[in-house]
Amino acid sequence: MGDLSSLSSSLLYAAFFIYLTATFFFAGTIRDNSRKKTSLAGNIAITVTIIGFLTQLGYFFTRWAAAGHAPVSNLFEFTTFFGMMLVFAFIVMYFIYKINVLGLIALPIALLIIAFASMFPREISPLVPSLQSHWLYIHVTTAALGQAILSISFVAGLIFLIRQIDQTKKTKQTFWLEFVIFMVATTLAFIIISSTFSAFNYEAAFEAPVEGQPTEMTYEMPAVAGPYDGELLTEDAMTPLIQAPEWMRGVDAAIKFNTLIWSFFGGLVLYGLLRLLLRKRVGSALQPLLKKANPEIIDEVGYRAVAIGFPVFTLGALIFAMIWAQQAWDRFWGWDPKEVWALITFFFYAAYLHLRLSRGWQGTKSAWLAVGGFAIIMFNLLAVNLIISGLHSYA
Amino acid sequence: MNEIKCECGHVNPEGTVLCESCGKPVADNQHLNGNDDQKLLNMRYDGSARRSQTYNRTIIDKVWNFFSSVKVGVTLIVITLIASAVGTIFPQEMYIPPGSNAATHYENQYGLAGQIYYQLGFHNLFTSWWYMVLLAMIGISIVIASLDRFIPLYKTLKTQKPKRHDKFLKKQRIFGTTESTEVNMELLKNNLKKHRFKVKEEDGSILAEKNRFSRWGPYVNHIGLIIFLLGSLLRFVPAMYIDEFIWVREGETKVINGTDGEYYIRNDEFLLENYDENDERFQEAIQRNGQPVPKTYQTNATIFKRTDDVVVGADPELEEIKQAEARVNHPIKFDNFTLYQASYQQNEFRDMTFELHDMDDEDTTYGEFTVDLSDPDSEYELDNGYRVVLDSYFPEYELNDGEPVSKSKYPKNPAFVFNVYPPDESEPEVSFAGIGANVDGSGENDHKVNLVDFDVRDVTGLTIRKDYTLPFIALGGAIFMIGVIQGMYWNHRRIWIKPKEDGVWIAGHTNKNWVALKREIEKVTKDTGVSSPADQQELKG
Ligand code: HEM
Repeated sequence: MGDLSSLSSSLLYAAFFIYLTATFFFAGTIRDNSRKKTSLAGNIAITVTIIGFLTQLGYFFTRWAAAGHAPVSNLFEFTTFFGMMLVFAFIVMYFIYKINVLGLIALPIALLIIAFASMFPREISPLVPSLQSHWLYIHVTTAALGQAILSISFVAGLIFLIRQIDQTKKTKQTFWLEFVIFMVATTLAFIIISSTFSAFNYEAAFEAPVEGQPTEMTYEMPAVAGPYDGELLTEDAMTPLIQAPEWMRGVDAAIKFNTLIWSFFGGLVLYGLLRLLLRKRVGSALQPLLKKANPEIIDEVGYRAVAIGFPVFTLGALIFAMIWAQQAWDRFWGWDPKEVWALITFFFYAAYLHLRLSRGWQGTKSAWLAVGGFAIIMFNLLAVNLIISGLHSYA
Repeated sequence: MNEIKCECGHVNPEGTVLCESCGKPVADNQHLNGNDDQKLLNMRYDGSARRSQTYNRTIIDKVWNFFSSVKVGVTLIVITLIASAVGTIFPQEMYIPPGSNAATHYENQYGLAGQIYYQLGFHNLFTSWWYMVLLAMIGISIVIASLDRFIPLYKTLKTQKPKRHDKFLKKQRIFGTTESTEVNMELLKNNLKKHRFKVKEEDGSILAEKNRFSRWGPYVNHIGLIIFLLGSLLRFVPAMYIDEFIWVREGETKVINGTDGEYYIRNDEFLLENYDENDERFQEAIQRNGQPVPKTYQTNATIFKRTDDVVVGADPELEEIKQAEARVNHPIKFDNFTLYQASYQQNEFRDMTFELHDMDDEDTTYGEFTVDLSDPDSEYELDNGYRVVLDSYFPEYELNDGEPVSKSKYPKNPAFVFNVYPPDESEPEVSFAGIGANVDGSGENDHKVNLVDFDVRDVTGLTIRKDYTLPFIALGGAIFMIGVIQGMYWNHRRIWIKPKEDGVWIAGHTNKNWVALKREIEKVTKDTGVSSPADQQELKG
């Protein structure tokens, strides 16, 4: 049993490094100037990607065997699965359109997501009664696949924007593109900071009132923002510089706020260093790398991803979800935040399709929409779990 | 109606932009699709005559035009989307702790922002009238926009002829001319057929078309959405939908709410099982959780049907119809009703056994008596002529300003005042007994009533649902899925070929994925002598 689950973690590590290798091969295709449709570097890159994907599938099924249920039941498992589906969606798109730059952006995003996932508690968790249903697998896997395919349109959109936005002057568009890059830097900073502190087993315990009860809470990063009215219990831990605002009341609210502060400043530092190094906007530095991409095809890839992903998403995140909810909670729809955000995603991509179809929103406009759609998907994946329900659950 | 006769002889309805048959632009109507200054024809709905583009005189026209506009439709969708997002900032009223007062809860919990949220009604957004109005308007918009487009488009595609006007071809996005007499038309036609195009011919002109059905996808999915919305409206028809709740104690037989007294349920046993803390798979996670993680909640129940007529007060005659288990995710079903395991309470007291003995000597005994907490007797006879009379019973005892009261009628913390009559005494000794409490009423009692044993049982909470709207909802969902897949996973493609004195012209159109169409044209024209057409509209950015 224990062997299986450690085998499973090793496979996930392996997959991570294989994806990383594949990214380098995709990077190698940039310099390739041959006019041929397929290049050696590209062939190697996609092969390595597929090996990585199979390895991650290995992780998935060994963990399934170890746990006795499909590993899609907590944030770590779900987010990892989402990363895997992103790679899968990329592979499918690659075979339709044979575009190497797609891999150059898609794989790093998948890597970031998988690394991000492993910041959550990784142990195998038991299934509470409401999760004990085949619909758990069916719903969650289809929903994640749909979201992943939709995310490919973000990948395409990002390529389109980096390639097409006029970098000779400062505009709103260059600003927002830098903002997207900054968000990526922040995610990276979060991963670096939290794995560093956890490598050193950093802990600082506080006692603070939660719902009037003195409660102990443990920070795993130095507390820049301590809990409201909190008292530091651990000796020689850093004393907080500020207090979290009073309305952050949940047990974890202040801890999450603190993590956010760390990530934000970490992101600023990373991004700032990049700017210093490059001496120009990051988008403008990336632009020449993507010169080979044909904007028209990239635009179509983005649209195609939405066209393929939208039905899958609807089926998984709304229809299967309703069937399951009807069985488990006696109502197919209950307006809880997670459900509402799935509906918002649905509305958003419906708007995308209508705007494109009848108002001619193609190219840049549609690329920006794809960025917005990805923001909504990420929001539903992370923020709804971590912030909205986190603030509201006083457990 | 001002019909328009085209030079090809076809008579088009008023408002036509491109002749239904040959595609020749109708001179006066080009502005309707914005074709005036453009190099390319806007192929929106094939230039068919749409009501919304043709009439704008009466109120009805104006309403029609308003709702048929995609701009309006998208605006409605975006407003709904933003409102929904705002609705998740704070929990909806149904998710705030039961019993709290919304008017104060939001302000207390979230301060000024919470108060504003409450005042604006966002705490009940999804049942508010204006959210309903938004959904209704989206529904209307879907119906009108679809009718406005589907009917003329359908007619036009049915009427189209293979032979197209030169202007039509030249102004297609994909267009090319070949000057050669060496064109192998037979090979071309074969290639087209191999690529599953349907090929039609007229005077040597070719129309190759495939997947026209995919054009109907949006209309099919919109029909699905409408059925879904109407299905949700049916909720408001009382007979369509029942939503009730009952608590049933172990061993108890109760009428099932919402069944008009027709069905009864007996709770045979309630089971709660937690995960084994020592299970090595889950150990870590259970420790992190800090408390036991439940594995199963389950009610073993027997369902009865009443066989006699319902008479108030009379004991029902019951016939067992099934024994079943209600577990989360596995509801009990009978006769269109569904019973869901929704809630439970453990260890409610069922009965308590007391012993009477001398005040100072616990080894003496004058007998035991057992109080059934759901139906206590008023008097208990003991050995040797002792009698105990139940003076008061507090199912959920609490002291309130020094007075004993009961918080509820559920035996969660039972307590009693007993009057003990020793043999031949007419004045009782008053004794108060409860859990961990035993008070001598006068301070001079000779006897003591002592709790020696009790039995507990579990209570299960079940929701009862009967929902005739589900088939409509499911049908709507299914049609929607069929429609989106039909519209999204296939593309409507057409290729026109027209012979000319010195060669051929070729043009192509698709409703999406132009790059894919271009690749397909390259394949079908390979070795036929037809040169690849150009994309006359490369993307500018
Ligand atoms: C949330 C609700 C809606 C959903 C999920 C939905 C879904 C769709 C989808 C998937 C398509 C096909 C798009 C494509 O082929 O790229 C479509 C097309 C269309 N929708 Fe909707 N729709 C919704 C609401 C509306 C509304 C409110 C209108 C009103 C204006 C509308 C009008 C149209 C029109 C005119 C088309 C194009 C039809 C054609 O190509 O002939 N839809 N819709």
